[in-house]
Amino acid sequence: MIGGLFIYNHKGEVLISRVYRDDIGRNAVDAFRVNVIHARQQVRSPVTNIARTSFFHVKRSNIWLAAVTKQNVNAAMVFEFLYKMCDVMAAYFGKISEENIKNNFVLIYELLDEILDFGYPQNSETGALKTFITQQGIKSQTKEEQSQITSQVTGQIGWRREGIKYRRNELFLDVLESVNLLMSPQGQVLSAHVSGRVVMKSYLSGMPECKFGMNDKIVIEKQGKGTADETSKSGKQSIAIDDCTFHQCVRLSKFDSERSISFIPPDGEFELMRYRTTKDIILPFRVIPLVREVGRTKLEVKVVIKSNFKPSLLAQKIEVRIPTPLNTSGVQVICMKGKAKYKASENAIVWKIKRMAGMKESQISAEIELLPTKDKKKWARPPISMNFEVPFAPSGLKVRYLKVFEPKLNYSDHDVIKWVRYIGRSGIYETRC
Amino acid sequence: MTDSKYFTTTKKGEIFELKAELNSDKKEKKKEAVKKVIASMTVGKDVSALFPDVVNCMQTDNLELKKLVYLYLMNYAKSQPDMAIMAVNTFVKDCEDPNPLIRALAVRTMGCIRVDKITEYLCEPLRKCLKDEDPYVRKTAAVCVAKLHDINAQLVEDQGFLDTLKDLISDSNPMVVANAVAALSEIAESHPSSNLLDLNPQSINKLLTALNECTEWGQIFILDCLASYTPKDDREAQSICERVTPRLSHANSAVVLSAVKVLMKFMEMLSKDLDYYGTLLKKLAPPLVTLLSAEPELQYVALRNINLIVQKRPEILKHEMKVFFVKYNDPIYVKLEKLDIMIRLASQANIAQVLAELKEYATEVDVDFVRKAVRAIGRCAIKVEQSAERCVSTLLDLIQTKVNYVVQEAIVVIKDIFRKYPNKYESVIATLCENLDSLDEPEARAAMIWIVGEYAERIDNADELLESFLEGFHDESTQVQLQLLTAIVKLFLKKPTETQELVQQVLSLATQDSDNPDLRDRGYIYWRLLSTDPVAAKEVVLAEKPLISEETDLIEPTLLDELICYIGTLASVYHKPPSAFVEGGRGVVHKSLPPRTASSESTESPETAPAGAPPGEQLDVVPTQGDLLGDLLNLDLGPPVSGPPLATSTVQMGAVDLLGGGLDSLIGAPNFVAPPAAAVPANLGAPMGSGLSDLFDLTSGVGTLSGSYVAPKAVWLPAMKAKGLEISGTFTRQAGSISMDLQLTNKALQVMTDFAIQFNRNSFGLAPAAPLQVHAPLSPTQTVEISLPLRTAGSVMKTEPLNNLQVAVKNNIDVFYFSTLYPLHILFVEDGKMDRQMFLATWKDIPNENEAQFQIRDCPLNAEAVSSRLQSSNIFTVARRNVEGQDMLYQSLKLTNGIWVLAELRIQPGNPSFMLSLKCRAPEVSQHVYQAYETILKN
Repeated sequence: MIGGLFIYNHKGEVLISRVYRDDIGRNAVDAFRVNVIHARQQVRSPVTNIARTSFFHVKRSNIWLAAVTKQNVNAAMVFEFLYKMCDVMAAYFGKISEENIKNNFVLIYELLDEILDFGYPQNSETGALKTFITQQGIKSQTKEEQSQITSQVTGQIGWRREGIKYRRNELFLDVLESVNLLMSPQGQVLSAHVSGRVVMKSYLSGMPECKFGMNDKIVIEKQGKGTADETSKSGKQSIAIDDCTFHQCVRLSKFDSERSISFIPPDGEFELMRYRTTKDIILPFRVIPLVREVGRTKLEVKVVIKSNFKPSLLAQKIEVRIPTPLNTSGVQVICMKGKAKYKASENAIVWKIKRMAGMKESQISAEIELLPTKDKKKWARPPISMNFEVPFAPSGLKVRYLKVFEPKLNYSDHDVIKWVRYIGRSGIYETRC
Repeated sequence: MTDSKYFTTTKKGEIFELKAELNSDKKEKKKEAVKKVIASMTVGKDVSALFPDVVNCMQTDNLELKKLVYLYLMNYAKSQPDMAIMAVNTFVKDCEDPNPLIRALAVRTMGCIRVDKITEYLCEPLRKCLKDEDPYVRKTAAVCVAKLHDINAQLVEDQGFLDTLKDLISDSNPMVVANAVAALSEIAESHPSSNLLDLNPQSINKLLTALNECTEWGQIFILDCLASYTPKDDREAQSICERVTPRLSHANSAVVLSAVKVLMKFMEMLSKDLDYYGTLLKKLAPPLVTLLSAEPELQYVALRNINLIVQKRPEILKHEMKVFFVKYNDPIYVKLEKLDIMIRLASQANIAQVLAELKEYATEVDVDFVRKAVRAIGRCAIKVEQSAERCVSTLLDLIQTKVNYVVQEAIVVIKDIFRKYPNKYESVIATLCENLDSLDEPEARAAMIWIVGEYAERIDNADELLESFLEGFHDESTQVQLQLLTAIVKLFLKKPTETQELVQQVLSLATQDSDNPDLRDRGYIYWRLLSTDPVAAKEVVLAEKPLISEETDLIEPTLLDELICYIGTLASVYHKPPSAFVEGGRGVVHKSLPPRTASSESTESPETAPAGAPPGEQLDVVPTQGDLLGDLLNLDLGPPVSGPPLATSTVQMGAVDLLGGGLDSLIGAPNFVAPPAAAVPANLGAPMGSGLSDLFDLTSGVGTLSGSYVAPKAVWLPAMKAKGLEISGTFTRQAGSISMDLQLTNKALQVMTDFAIQFNRNSFGLAPAAPLQVHAPLSPTQTVEISLPLRTAGSVMKTEPLNNLQVAVKNNIDVFYFSTLYPLHILFVEDGKMDRQMFLATWKDIPNENEAQFQIRDCPLNAEAVSSRLQSSNIFTVARRNVEGQDMLYQSLKLTNGIWVLAELRIQPGNPSFMLSLKCRAPEVSQHVYQAYETILKN
């Protein structure tokens, strides 16, 4: 199990050091600093073995978090734990920075004592932790309160406390998708997938039982067996989900057997599910590059983008990034729409368009002057990448329902105000040129 | 006011000031002072001098302050054990507090304080807390048992905490169950033989129920524990799999990987014809792909594991090639791993896409990545014949770029392509020769030299080319020198007339001017061959080479199987068994996949080799690229890999066939006069790692060696524990006498003298038969080897375990104690053969309840080999029968104290698992006799 946990600043000074196991000595702190933080070359692996001691690290801005062990631990668990640790810290004091860590070091030690016992991760849900790790000390809690805390921390529904009350029962569902594409210069899709998340913000009283439904092909087809005309009505409306994962509140065995998604949600915001689709993806934009080398000192680039969705919808925050060689001396750009600039520090032409409706087309052309170099190595021609945001789900996912039942309190599914929003963003959306 | 100010106080006299503040009456000031102390502790300052003052602050109702003081205590209690006692009272009081959070805090902290006197006081509160009404306290107490076990294992056993812990597995609270499982699993690791976890269908059922209810971390503990269970048949395996599969949809990647581990392991027991088997295979792919959308560090862990899974069951991901395509801004460690998996998944169906990708990668910036991409192109050519032509032309394009490292890599892989497809692509040799001057890496130079030597008849100026290398012969690396030697001999055999001078030059360089024994020996062999029988030389040196296999870098099958059992853990990231990087006995229990035991149908031999690569072909694998990342991790000793030695040793190109052939004749001809430097004895000690050592292994395997199997020396007493004296040793039995072979190393700075040794009383009365004689004082860094004769007439006391031996060694510095386990077969006496009648009678006479059954897995020997090997360790085959195609060996052995052990060994041809039944009047020895069997047969 985890033998110790250290947090360093960018210089390698220790900000937090907590040792859980006897086999980890103080020298481990220095070993990591010398061999990883101060190492000359780039980090070649997130797991480092130094003198039979293994170090796992993650970096958040310029803060290093390192877990240390001498045993054959579950490596995936250690990384998941480090991420969780970052989430918990962020939930308590915001951004993970040297300043914030130093200001909250007592709190961090208290958290580390609670969420890691002898190197074994314990309940690390912020919802539960915030009920008793408050930095205020335990103030004369009543016996009921205390047992409520402990039963929540150890209970089956560790992520929600009892007795939550809202005057207005409300919930928000965000379907957030990032669409990823790798396209060849000839327009052939090399790989494309959507990774999506359903994020829920719930402000519901009591212990509500929720059921979430979407146009999952498997579910639709199952239901469709009875009513044949409904399948034809829904037609191509359903989508094939390659794989999905759920927040720990979702009953996985129920999903496995009936493919229904039922859960008691945590209070406030959480990520209900993640999913991935690869079939029938709507690619919101198509990029058509044309690069011509004119002699040794000049490049001509022309890039056309085409929007491919309903004309009534608007895409926003469109940005096309066209890489330029390192020996670029000057660039001249002409674009039909938006603004384009050559950014020498980033070795790229950045073309920005605020809004663009569906089924439109726009174009940019640039002349790139190059300095003659002796460098034999050819320019690697990194791909042209694109950023955008569209108000629909490129996977085609639709929320069909989210039902709320709370038998103990007197509000019904109809009384809950529900909001659904779809946002599609570019993930890694690249076209080779 | 912020807390960061505590990090900045660095003035002198700080400790003194802090002391004053700690003793202040004002609560706030006290708290401030403790915070400062903790901040100083964090940055590594020694604040242990403040111990009494800090401990004084402990009795407070301010929980924040209390936690800070506890934190301090955990750090410094060990350095001030006497003072730490002051804290005990508060702890004990806190364990009775009405607030469960405080009770838990007290017991949690007490377990972290490794001071004997405190642990004594811990027992009572811990016992209460394990039965506390509040689940939060119970789950904390469960972990505390593991802590206590780490400090004092005996105490935990004596106090009966293990039983209480076992009871907690049936607790109503899932988190208590999860922590109890975690604690028990850890304790069980240090007692490999004990059946601590006692997994049976009932307890498994309880765990599976808790799995649905506990936190993500708890699910990991439970799944990891499930993975160590072996279901009794395929039906049970299937039902567990069914209940574990829902976990594949968990958001936590570690839960997913642990579930994959359970499924991969239990799948081994399912018949491939089963519908369920196919369903399971299909279910595994999507979650594995999803892992690749996690954060990069987790992707890396996932990819290292997928690498194993793809080798074990290639069918799972064969259609998922695209997801392993490298993204431009993937971190380098993710890129390299993806590339590895791409090569493994490459097939005729997807080769066009893969090649297009690889070509793209070869123009990237990162040198390691580009190199690996170039090699990958070569691997594709070898793996998919249809693509070979395109690969070669791609490689030639890359050579034209003249980027130095690209050219070198390309040449290394083209050499392999030549070997795989002889007489097909040699037309490119001319292009390769143009780049001769730019090669500066040994591997590339060696590859080029090999090509020149191999195709000497097609290259007009081959002699000139090789001669140009000869000028700086002594500056070349061994790899290049060996290759050059072989290449010139080849050239000579092909064009004898014009290259006589050259060959003489290289032979004398190799034999007379070199200190390298490998080079010298190879030189002598060639010399001798050429001078005695040129025709034979031609047959040997220019022999047809074995084909190279399609797959490289395959993990050796038994290691792969073991690593599959460690999916998700560090072992799977390093691709090494835990024993290679974990110290001591912890967690180094060898794991293996369960054999398929069908409940209904006949037993089939379990599959160990991945599809398409039976173990025999392994020998032909040319180990080309060293795993780049692997090298980074190679800070440790290499893993003790078992299995065919050739597959893992670094075989030089052409070394196998040449030396293999050469030495056969060498050994076969007794009147052979060795060249000046006496090659044969030198070889024994030379680290050749090639054909030679195998030849010698073979001869010893035939049975020339008398005496029983001797385990390699293990470190018994590390230098750290014995003021610089390191003792390693092993036990031997030869010609009826037992001895303890010791190796004493002085790792201290002073001279050691006056050695003496003594044994504690033990089960078989082992005692030194002579005093420990170290003739000269042992000076620093010096090592002596001593063989200490033993007798078995010492006083007897039953030890636990039975074969435990406690030893005391004295020298001028101190007395040191250690204990070791001796293999039981050193006690098997030479007259242990029972006659047949006697055997039958005794077998019947011993009651059936004394019979113990064991399974010996993965032993590839046949009945004869087993019998002869056991006999050399004094296990005698009394009779042999063949029943329904199975060989039954009836064996007997006698221990030094006169105890007879009878055995029945059932061997089924083609099945590497043997059944061993042992009968003995003293059944407690059976377990150890079984272990002796294991060691003898597997080594």
